[in-house]
Amino acid sequence: MTVTSVHKDPELLTMTVTAEYGVTADRAWELWGDPRQLERWWGPPTYPATVVEHDLTPGGMVTYFMTGPEGDQSRGWWRIIDVEAPRLLVLENGFADDAGQPIPAMPTMIMRMRLDDRPGGGVVMTMETTFPSLEALEELIGMGMEEGLKQAMGQIDDILAA
Amino acid sequence: MRLGLFKYNQMVVDQLSDAEVDRLFHALADATRRDIVGRVLNDEQSITDLARHYPMSMTAVQKHVAVLEGAGLVTKHRHGREQRVRGVVQAIRTAQVLLDAYEQVWRDRFDRIGDLLAEPTEEGTT
Repeated sequence: MTVTSVHKDPELLTMTVTAEYGVTADRAWELWGDPRQLERWWGPPTYPATVVEHDLTPGGMVTYFMTGPEGDQSRGWWRIIDVEAPRLLVLENGFADDAGQPIPAMPTMIMRMRLDDRPGGGVVMTMETTFPSLEALEELIGMGMEEGLKQAMGQIDDILAA
Repeated sequence: MRLGLFKYNQMVVDQLSDAEVDRLFHALADATRRDIVGRVLNDEQSITDLARHYPMSMTAVQKHVAVLEGAGLVTKHRHGREQRVRGVVQAIRTAQVLLDAYEQVWRDRFDRIGDLLAEPTEEGTT
């Protein structure tokens, strides 16, 4: 549908996903550049995001919290590494404590978003994420899915053993 | 399971330098180290667990693990207060499953972006 390609490299710990939209790069940039629009897609419907700070300049911070069905909140942040509106946004994404401060002991991931014009009109949005280590990938993505992961791993082992 | 490991190594052997091949063969030339690789292929183990199987000190086991790690056969990671060891094939499979989960996160986000962009704007443009 929207997603046109996915490339995952389990050795380099990177994932690149592209999607195409029939809008201009300026319009697509607003999804990132306007905090109210960012809030509408960053979190899933069950965990909508509320953006607090939003400074898209190199070294600037974006902070947000996501609120779950039980009222539980999880906080996160972006630290902006590079920005070239409306083409490129590179950021570090991590978890924050209840006060919204980055948790130094928690690993972070690097996200690189690019907008390229399509020859026939519209844009390609490319999102590339890099995880610094398998341990970081496990902590960032594995949180809350440990049981599911164990089951999946068990199934893979069963297939390999058959 | 060992066969699986060798198949994997054959796949990457073209990308290995002579020095890396030397390290690989040196690492597998020792019976204890081969045994460790076999034990951690499917299940990660703590250094303490591994040390129970061999009549040697924990430090000696740690040295063997370090040689295997240097050859790219196992990886070490911290789990609470424990150091755990696992085979590289297992590590790659774990990464695959986690990246699959992460792929779904972005598929969902891109779908929501698509819905958002399809909404008519106040100015009537898209």
